[in-house]
Parts: sequence; structure tokens; C-alpha cells
Amino acid sequence: MSTIQDCLKHRILIIDGAMGTMIQRHKPTEAVYRGERFKDWHTDVKNNSDILNLTQPAIIGGIHREYLEAGADIIETNTFASTSIPQSDYGLEPYVTEMALAGARLAREAADEYTKKDPSRPRFVAGAIGPMNKTLSLSPDVNNPGFRSVTFDEVANAYYEEVAALVEGKVDLLLIETIFDTLNAKAAIYAIKKYFRDTGKKELPIMISGTITDASGRTLSGQTLEAFYVSVAHARPLSVGLNCALGAAEMRSHIEELSQIAACYTSAYPNAGLPNAMGEYDEQPEQTAHFIEEWAANGWVNIVGGCCGTTPDHIRHIAQHVASIAPRTLPVMESELI
Amino acid sequence: MMSSTTTIRPFLRLAGLEPLIVRPEMNFVNIGERTNVTGSKKFARLIRDNKYEEALSVARQQVENGAQILDVNMDDALLEGEKAMQTFLNLLQSEPDIAKIPVMIDSSKFSIIEAGLKCVQGKCIVNSISMKEGEDKFIEQAIICKSYGAAVIVMAFDESGQADTLRKKVDISERAYKILTERVGFDPQDIIFDPNIFAIATGIEEHNNYAVDFIEAIKEIKQKMPLTRISGGVSNMSFSFRGNETVREAMHSVFLYHAIRAGMDMGIVNAGQLVVYDEIEPNLRKLCEDVILNRDPEGTDKLLAFAETVKAKGKAEVKDEAWRKGTVEARLSHSLVNGITDYIDADTEEARQKYPKPLDVIEGPLMAGMNIVGDLFGSGKMFLPQVVKSARVMKKSVAVLTPYIEAEKEQRRQAHLAAGTNNSEAAGAPKILLATVKGDVHDIGKNIVGVVLGCNGYDIIDLGVMVPTDKILETARREKVDIIGLSGLITPSLDEMVHVAREMKRQDFELPLLIGGATTSRMHTAVKIAPEFSKGVVHVLDASRSVTVVGSLLNKDQKAAFLQGIGTEYQRLKEDFANKKTAKQYLSFAAAQENKVKINWDSFKPVPPTFTGTRAFDGYDLCEIAEFIDWGPFFIAWELHGKFPQILTDEKVGVEATRLYNDARALLDKIIKEKWLTARAVIGFWPANSDGKDTVWVDTAAGNTRADAPVREGTRLEFLRQQVKKAPGQPNMSLSDFILPAEKGKRDHIGAFAVTMQGIEEHIKRFEAHFDDYNKIMLQALADRLAEAFTELLHARVRKEFWAYAGEEHLSNDQLIREEYLGIRPAPGYPACPDHTEKRKLFTMLDATRQTGIVLTESLAMFPASSVSGWYFANPESKYFGVGKIEKDQVEDYARRKGMPLEEVERWLRPVLEYD
Repeated sequence: MSTIQDCLKHRILIIDGAMGTMIQRHKPTEAVYRGERFKDWHTDVKNNSDILNLTQPAIIGGIHREYLEAGADIIETNTFASTSIPQSDYGLEPYVTEMALAGARLAREAADEYTKKDPSRPRFVAGAIGPMNKTLSLSPDVNNPGFRSVTFDEVANAYYEEVAALVEGKVDLLLIETIFDTLNAKAAIYAIKKYFRDTGKKELPIMISGTITDASGRTLSGQTLEAFYVSVAHARPLSVGLNCALGAAEMRSHIEELSQIAACYTSAYPNAGLPNAMGEYDEQPEQTAHFIEEWAANGWVNIVGGCCGTTPDHIRHIAQHVASIAPRTLPVMESELI
Repeated sequence: MMSSTTTIRPFLRLAGLEPLIVRPEMNFVNIGERTNVTGSKKFARLIRDNKYEEALSVARQQVENGAQILDVNMDDALLEGEKAMQTFLNLLQSEPDIAKIPVMIDSSKFSIIEAGLKCVQGKCIVNSISMKEGEDKFIEQAIICKSYGAAVIVMAFDESGQADTLRKKVDISERAYKILTERVGFDPQDIIFDPNIFAIATGIEEHNNYAVDFIEAIKEIKQKMPLTRISGGVSNMSFSFRGNETVREAMHSVFLYHAIRAGMDMGIVNAGQLVVYDEIEPNLRKLCEDVILNRDPEGTDKLLAFAETVKAKGKAEVKDEAWRKGTVEARLSHSLVNGITDYIDADTEEARQKYPKPLDVIEGPLMAGMNIVGDLFGSGKMFLPQVVKSARVMKKSVAVLTPYIEAEKEQRRQAHLAAGTNNSEAAGAPKILLATVKGDVHDIGKNIVGVVLGCNGYDIIDLGVMVPTDKILETARREKVDIIGLSGLITPSLDEMVHVAREMKRQDFELPLLIGGATTSRMHTAVKIAPEFSKGVVHVLDASRSVTVVGSLLNKDQKAAFLQGIGTEYQRLKEDFANKKTAKQYLSFAAAQENKVKINWDSFKPVPPTFTGTRAFDGYDLCEIAEFIDWGPFFIAWELHGKFPQILTDEKVGVEATRLYNDARALLDKIIKEKWLTARAVIGFWPANSDGKDTVWVDTAAGNTRADAPVREGTRLEFLRQQVKKAPGQPNMSLSDFILPAEKGKRDHIGAFAVTMQGIEEHIKRFEAHFDDYNKIMLQALADRLAEAFTELLHARVRKEFWAYAGEEHLSNDQLIREEYLGIRPAPGYPACPDHTEKRKLFTMLDATRQTGIVLTESLAMFPASSVSGWYFANPESKYFGVGKIEKDQVEDYARRKGMPLEEVERWLRPVLEYD
């Protein structure tokens, strides 16, 4: 079976769309989130998407299959927040390994099913590693800019646990995504490298996806795109890219810049436009696809898909629009200075 | 717009909030040293007293003084190092003006380093790791640094101690390199060696050769491991002269001069405190050199004896005064028309109290005054400099009124809110967005256009210089502007303007685009920009023209007809251009090379310069420079056309030209007297020969080849050759024709220079704060003139003194302006050598960024804008010419010679390509 590296040489790969949007379509109630297992849990767990890996595996598996059906080559595990720090809001820290492992297995099972149907087109599972709700570069207290609510070691340990579970669940890739504080991402990279050093296992490819938060063109923690790229390049990632916060229209110039500076493959999965006054995303599948098709035609991207507000329909349109377009070629790496 | 294949070079890349890419043309990276408790008593005291906020100001000062990386060290026995490091770095992250540059985490304790690495999101440098505790420890620490993504400084230190000889320095570095690249997986460019700078002149004989060993070690390390970088803490070296800053600074400067030439890339220095090599008192410099290069066994004693003879300088300031009477309206009008600001604040305040509403003052007497100005300007009775002065008065007056107007607006808003009625205040004046495009730093012309349009009642949004397309368009959308105006001076800006036009089309902009700036033309606009954007692209020749163009574009009745007229005109120009193109005949490149300039080399005796290598000048006497000013272009900048000095008595513009000239002289006197600007320059000469075609070999490491043997290796300069078919007997020139071909068996020379005026920013800022566009533009124009004058002056000294090939020359300033001298000084990017990218080589050869502070932008514009650089050719037959258009065969050959992808060469040379 061909590896993801083989596939990337020949075509633009499609990564799936939003998980949250799809979960909301089921209009799950508190009881649905709790399921049988956590029916007596001491605190509300509604909107904790990752718990559904344990309580409603059918919903999550179903969403994976919808995206695979729509043409996704890469699906993301439902493990964005399966780490002890965000789960501590629900008192669910003891369950994070189980949550991440179940998330990995659900995606693995679905992907394998589709690979089996058409072995010429293997599907890959990316273990999703989210940014956490506490940040290492920013103080939550405006009057005390030197204060940090969490330490590097705490963040790195939390990621280490998640990485171990994802690898055990047989993901193909590790995807550090929606990075708004580069130092959190660096802790994730640190944890991944340490995990593979400690265990001696073969290192999985890393995908990195940052988030430019607004028109300033910087991450939330203040870095420019190039500074961000330089700061994570030591991960030797398979790909680097951008997702979330911006719609394709706003993301365009950053993707153009990234395509010029990145030594690895590039990825882009924007939101379905910017949210409207109600916080909903209105951009239609063909609109998103139209933007992304232009990026592809310009030779800027290797992996494309969608983030908040995108649906299997968006992914289907994107896949169709870029199907016949050649992927971005990797830059030539010079070995001399001048 | 398919992207061509990108190439990525193995530069050391670091990041704070912003990236720092250590490119070869940067020459030397300053690492700020004051945030170091072991080196700065003040910083140590602040940290010990827990005054971290104040300690941050030390860091800020370092950044302001030009530090590009910040060294942070908390190695103090009284401190808990790990905690101090984390506290300081966490605080630093919340200061974007400091956190923008990368951090160097400096400690002899690895636990402090790791504590620091856990606080910084950017890519840091670790200072340092070494093999002093053996290979295993070294590898362990290197792995940790790598997993935080840091570059490392490796000290030349192993189990047996610190390397103090050349051999040990190189051997240890090589051993470390092998381990890091082969066993830890480090990229070579992330390795920085510090081959140990020890104190010299200590009185102990074994120490005398320490500096020489360091310098020699650099050369060998760079040759064996070319992608690695070299750093060092410079101040160690002068340790025995503690307390004598003059001698220490001189020693540092002399040391750096030699170390950088040998390949040192970065150093921990006090960024604000380096003296320029050439400015060191010659005797002191020689003494330092003797000690550093270990040339005189008595050197230390002599330097000690000298150390007692030094002093400092002081400063002063001046002011002036005049005139008064009449009604407040008359006074305001008088001030506006005559551009007098002295009483405007008081007069405005008086009028404000007299009129019912503050807005009435603007709409009444101020607008009346500006209407007079507009009428006079429109009828050619007032000239640009006066209009700019009037605008300054207007701006100042409006600034007095604005707070009152805002307060009234707020009152009305509150009233509407209270009454529940709708607030529909007039949208205000049409908005015009102005910007100098990405990669370009020139903005005098754009500032003038802004002022003139501002006087005509438009609301100007000036985004400044080096503005990326996205920012321009995003601002245009957000601010709902009515017109966008782009400016640029260097040729790559033309492409950038095409890019803006394309983006405007793609994003469906409806508003017209104005194109201006010295490099732009009606033809380029018609042929390259207008076809990209159909909603109106207009080339605007000068500021006075901008008023009528903008007027027509914003008038609903005229706009369509006006744009149609422009469209027809541009269409015709485009057709003419296409026709003309085929009319000219071009030679094949080989035939053009055959038809080179014929010089009788056999009777030619090359004159060697009086020195080879570079020589820098810092703080050159402005008074002397001012003698060389060519005033012609100064008047052109102000759109007053005519020859100098006849223009001063010109029937039409004479009076105003004289006034402008007097103002300029007065400001110039002030600039000179109060040392507003610092003239810096570096010149250099090197042995050189041509290959008989278009390449010139330069022996930049002077001394590598046998004296007088022709040069056949070293730095390659590539030149372009005219390809248009010439009249019989006329050569197809290339600058390389003026350098002796190596096959003639003798060596020739080439020279280069970079000249700049530093220090304009604070004065510009001050003028801006006072709404004083007149003096701002005046100062910019004068700084340009001074840079050109300094160039002229240096060229004269080069001809007579430094290269001394024209010892007998006696030319007046007029003759200089007419270029009646022997030899030429063409600039990369200009007609005789239109390729801007050769400027990188020029900068490297001269070490120009370090020696003069000039920085190259991505489009290879020089910053500060008042800078000049170029080559010196001494051959008496050399002359200025334009390469003109060239054909693809030459471009392909040129790309091959430069080792640059064809598309990249074509991008840089687009304005001179004969083909599309």
C-alpha cells in the first residue's frame, strides 16, 4: 500500500471538515453526551465533544464515514481536547487516555473500511492534537503579565499522554492543529519527539497547522507567519499549514506566503467564511471550493480541507475542484549559502 | 500566476515575534549584551532588587540601539538563576517591541538554559553547550536543545579544557560538528561556534597570540564547515583595560574589523557603543592593531602608555522670531498664504472663541485662506514648496480645533441617543489612500502628493513605505477609500504595482488606481499595469497634476469621459510600444560580445590603488560634503523646473525658488551645526580582471593571489551587454569591457562604494508631530542631496587620492555635475548595470551593512532611503551608458553565470527584457 508520502507526490490530498458542526446536527442533549457510562457524573459534560468517543461511538464513526464518502483522504480523530488540562474542566482527567485511544480506534476502523473498498486510494488517520485552553505565552491576568496559569512541563506531559494513546490506537499521522500559541505547539513537538525517543518506536509523520487569528496577520501569541514557521520547523514536519479563525478569503495571502517559505508540504483548511451575527457559518460548499481551487491552481497547496462550519458537502466540492490540479512541488533545498 | 519553483537556502533562521534570517549580506549580527547580570552592574542590581519592569527597559534600549538578538544571562550566585530567567523571559514576552527579536539564552548552568527554553515561543539560540563534561553530556544537552528547536553555540571546550590554540579550536569544533550533525541530527546551519575570545595584553606572553588564533580559527572553521556560523563575546578580549572605555572600544572595533573579514557572523556587543574602525585615532588604531595582530612585542606597554590621553564633546541649540496686526481672519489667511506657523495656535484659539462652533473656523476663515492658496497654485502663481508650507499651517490649526469638534460630535450623539433620533452626519471628504509599495523605501514624492491633495480638501490615508498589497487593499476596503495611489522609486516596485493591480481585479475593486514615482512612466503604466485592471489606472506625473486627475475621477459627470480618454491614450501607447519593439534590431548575444568596446590594452598601464580592501568613514564633515551639492535635482523634487543657479532669478519661479533655496540653506546649516545627520560611507578596491567577456573576477580576499598576477578566481561580478544593433563602428558596451582581460597577463582593479546619511528618523518624527510636512520633505530632499554630494566628494577623493589615477584633476562643481571626470561610478539597478541583485555582492565585498548601517530590503532598495552605492571604474575610456533592452539568449547565459534560476533573473530584469 502506498504511504502518505507517495500520495503527496502525485496529488493534492483532502483532509476532512468540521467535527463540531456535524455533531451539532444530531442536536445532542446532556443525556446523549453522558450516555450510559457517565449518567451519574457529578458535573455537566454537554459540549465536551471528545467524551462522545466513549459514550456515542456510533455518532463519531458515522461522521468519519460521511467525510470518507465525500472524498477525504485524511480524517482527523475526535481528540482535539483529549488531554488532561482541558478535560479537568469536567473532572475527566482520569479518562483522557481512554478517550484518545477510543477516538483513534473509531477513525482507524472507518478509514480501513474505505481503504479496503478501494486499496488504490488509501485513507489515513491523523491524530488530532488541539491547542488546550491554557496558554504558555500569555498571562490570563492583565495586571500580572509575567504570570502563567500552566507550565511547559505540565503541557508537555499532557500531550505525551495523548500521543501515547493515539499511537496505540494506530493513527498514521500526528496533527498539531489550531495553534494560537506557538509555545504550546512546541510543547507538543517536544512531547512527540520524547515519546518516540523513549519507546524506540518508528516516528510518525507530524503535520503542523497554525492559526492566524485576525487581520493583523499574526498568531494570537503575536508571531508573524514566518516567525511561527521558523519556530516549529525543528519538528521536521511532513506538512505545515493554517486552519481555523479565518475563511478562505482572509487566509489566501497567508497561504501564498507560506507556500514560498515552507520547506515541507503545505496544508490549508479554512473555516466556511467568517461567522455571521448568529455565530453561524454561511459560506456555501461551492464558494469555499472556488477559493481553494484557485490556491491549488497557483501551486500553493498539498493538503486542503475545511475547519469550523464546513460539512461533507464542502469537502466533496473541494475534492472535485482540485482533483485534476497538480500539487505544489516541494522547494529546492540549496546546500550553499549563495 | 503559476508559482515557479521556490528555492530555500540553508540560512540560520531564528525568530522572536518576527523572523531573523541570517543572510550572507547581513555581514554581522549584533547581539545585545546589557541584559546580562555578569556584564551589566545596573541590570544585575535591578534583577537582585526584583525590579523586573525596570530591567525590561534595559532590554528595550538594546533593541532601540540596534541589537538584533537579545542575550539574557542570570548567572549570579545571589540569584536563583532558573527562576530569574523564567520571570524575566515571561515578562519579556508581553512586550512586543522587545519580544520581536530572538532571544539568546545564556548560562553556564544547563538547568538555567532549559528553564529559559520553556518560556520562549520563538526560535532561540542556546549559549552555550560544550564537551567539557564529555561527549555523553554534550549529546544529551544537544538533544534537549534540539527538542526545543533552538540553535546552539558550541564553545571550543573539551574534557581537557578550553581551546587556547588555533589547532585545538579547530579540532574541537570539527569534533563537535561531526557529533551534532551525524549523531544528534542537527542541521549545520543551526550550529554556531564560539572559538573562545580570551583577554590579550595581559602582560603574560602566552596570551599575546590569542586574538590571532581566534581569527585564524574562524577562517579554517568556515572553510571546513561553511554552513556554520561564528560568534563570540568580544569584550573579554580587552579585559585588562577595564575602566578605560576609549581604549576598549577601539580594541573591540579593530578586533571585529579583522574577525568579521575572516568570517565572524555575530557577536555579543554593546550595540550603542561601537566606534568605526576608520574613525579611531590613527595612532591608537595602530597600537590596537599591533596588540591584536601580535605584531609588536612591546605593543602592550605602548598601548598602556597611550591609554591616558582622551576626551569627550558637548551640544547646543538655537531659536528665532518676527511680525504682527489685523483681524483674526486676516491673520489666519495671511498665515496660510505665507505659510507662517508661529502664531497659528493662538490665532486659531482666538477664532474658536469668536465663532459659534469650532467647525465654523475651518469652514470659514481657514477654507477661505486655503481657497486662495488653491487658486494661486492653480494659476501657477504659487509653487509647490509654498503650498506645502500652507498645508502645514492648516494642519496645525485643525489640530487645535479637533478636540473641540470631537467633543461637540459626542454631545450631538448623546443628544440623539437621548431623543431616540437618527444620527446621520455627513460622510466627510473623499478619502485617498497612498502607499509606497512593498520592498521600496522612497517616499518624498508620495509625501508631496499627500500634502497637495490634503490641501485640496481630501482626506489622506498615508500607509507609509514598504506596504504589502494586502494591507493596502484591506485598508482601502475598511476605510472605504475613493482612490488608491501607489508610489515607488526602484525598478522592482514596478512589478509590485502590477501585482496590486492584479489583486484589485481579483478582489473586484471598483475604485481607480493612481501610479506615481520616479521609476514609473506613462508607457509602463499603459503597457503593464492598465491591462491588469479595468476600472481605471492613471499615471500621474507629479503632485500638481494629481489634483486635476483626482478631481476628474471624483466628479461623477467627468469620470467616465476622463477614464475613456485615458483608456484610448493608453491603448495607443500600448500599440506604439508593440510596433516600436519590432522596429529595433537586436544582435545575437554572441555577436554583441564580439562587438565589444575596443581598448588598446597593450599600451594600457593599469594604475593600482593606494590600498586594497575597504576603508570606512563615519561622521564625515557635513560642511565639506555640502560644498558638493548638486541643487538641480533638489528643485526638481519640489517641481520647480530650471537650471541652477539661473532658476533663482527666473522670471516666473525665481522668487519662490530663491525663498525655497534660502529655507533649504537655513535648514542645511542647522543640520550641519546640530549634527542631525551622520555621513557614513565605505569604499573598497580589489584586484580584478575580466574574462574577456562579461564577467569580472575580483580577488576580495586581497593577497590570495600573487601580486601582479591576473585575477582568475574569487568573487564573480556579472555584467549585462547592450544588444541593440548599433551604427557601424559603435560598440555594444558592457561595463566589463572597461576592465583589463586576464589574458593580457597583468592585473587591473575595480572599486566599490556605499554612502549614506543616517539619523533622519527622529527629526522626521518630530516634524510629523508638529504637522510640519514642509520641513519634513525639505529634510528628506536635503538628505538625498547630501548623500549624492558625499558620493561625488568621495569619488573625487578616490580619483585623486585613494586610487589616485587622476592626480592632476581640477574640476569645478559644475564640471563634476556634467560628469567631466575620468572613470565612472555606475550603480547596480541603474542603466549601465540594471541588475539589482549584484548589489548583494557589492554589500558583501564592502561589508556595507556593518560599516554604514545601510540595510537592503527584499526588493534590494537601500534603507535609509538617502543612500547611494555603486562600482568604481578607473579606465579613462570608461563611460556611462544604458544597457537598453536585452534578448533571451543573453538572459539565459546570464542566469547560468549567476547560478540563478532563469525565472528569478527574468523577474529582476523584467524592465530591460526585450521579450515578454
